Amino acid sequence: MVNLTIDNRKIQAEEGQTILDVARKNGITIPTLCHNDALEPSGSCRMCSVEIGEGARAKVVTSCLYPVAEGLVVNSGSERVKNVRRTVMQLLLARSPESEQLARMAEDLGIHPEPRFKPSEDGSKCILCRLCVRTCETVVGVSAIGFSFRGPEKNVCTPFHESSNICIGCGACASVCPTGHIEMHVSPSGDVRTIWGRDFKMAACSKCGLYFAPEDQLTYISGRTGVPMEELMVCSSCR
Amino acid sequence: MEEKVSEIVQGYGGDKSYLVPIMQDVQKEFGYLSRDALTAISANLGVPISRVYEVATFYKAFSLKPKGRHHISLCMGTACHVRGAELISGNITDMLKIKDGETSADMEYSFETVGCLGACALGPIIVADGEYHGEMNIAKTTKLLKKLGKKV
Ligand code: SF4
Ligand code: SF4
Ligand code: FES
Ligand code: FES
Repeated sequence: MVNLTIDNRKIQAEEGQTILDVARKNGITIPTLCHNDALEPSGSCRMCSVEIGEGARAKVVTSCLYPVAEGLVVNSGSERVKNVRRTVMQLLLARSPESEQLARMAEDLGIHPEPRFKPSEDGSKCILCRLCVRTCETVVGVSAIGFSFRGPEKNVCTPFHESSNICIGCGACASVCPTGHIEMHVSPSGDVRTIWGRDFKMAACSKCGLYFAPEDQLTYISGRTGVPMEELMVCSSCR
Repeated sequence: MEEKVSEIVQGYGGDKSYLVPIMQDVQKEFGYLSRDALTAISANLGVPISRVYEVATFYKAFSLKPKGRHHISLCMGTACHVRGAELISGNITDMLKIKDGETSADMEYSFETVGCLGACALGPIIVADGEYHGEMNIAKTTKLLKKLGKKV
């Protein structure tokens, strides 16, 4: 166990935990975009910046990566921290002006887009945090998507920008995306889900008839776990 | 092609961490990285195609399109730029009728601009078929292209 201080509160924490983990466990909110508990932290968005140390030696670190230590002093909302977050948010808002999620987060943090950051016109809501790619790779185990190109052309896509034959349509990538970039549509009757330019036939629950998951996803789960398809054909509320 | 790729991958012991050198070798063999070549690399190495595609599009050294017989790279790094690389680029485009990143319809020439080549003192620099030409200007570029067979 180590003893540290966050926002003048004395806190005990397990060694090896990150500042973010400890702060959240103690009810202290730190805004994040690229963090997801199911994945290793990657430190790509910098929204979670906090200040550590005191006086002239104080410095700004990314709380999702920084491990707690004995005697650590953390300030999660100092002026300096707010400034860093404000700049990061300004840049992200300019990058993805059409993202409602980002706009909402900015609003909550009291940040308003400044004209000196010229909004991008490419219509992309993606901030290139890679959360979707990593989720598809390590959580789903499929690796259907990745980044392509570099610099201003960099984007997240399926290989060759074509519909992927290995994607299972699970929608995990869309649900972890912090900006709403990945579009997922469902047909009016619910029998078809469209994601990454491909249509997935939805399976209907064998008990209640509700369309609840893509057939490809159930086949994939059945193949990986050995659970027979019939057992998987039941939606979560009927299980 | 499948076989050749498999051979190259085996040459690296099928080690995933050699993805980039493997792709370089495959490109050397076929002149560019075709879709089939990328798919074969992915299958032979057990690296998802999404990852192979990511690497292939990230590095400027990789081409997903067939390249011309002659390959001309012009340095557009800061030093070369201020010494007139822009004018040379215009001259190349005028003569070959292709822009940065393009290949001529007869598959004779490919032209691309690159970042600093690390020989700024000799700028502007052109690399033609692997050979470095320093202190280039429009006249010298015209001569070089003629030497590569360009009729004007
Ligand atoms: S929907 Fe497709 S791309 Fe997205 S996480 Fe699932 S398998 Fe991967
Ligand atoms: S699509 Fe969303 S999750 Fe994926 S890299 Fe872009 S912002 Fe991140
Ligand atoms: S949450 Fe820490 S850098 Fe994104
Ligand atoms: S800028 Fe051309 S070699 Fe450095």
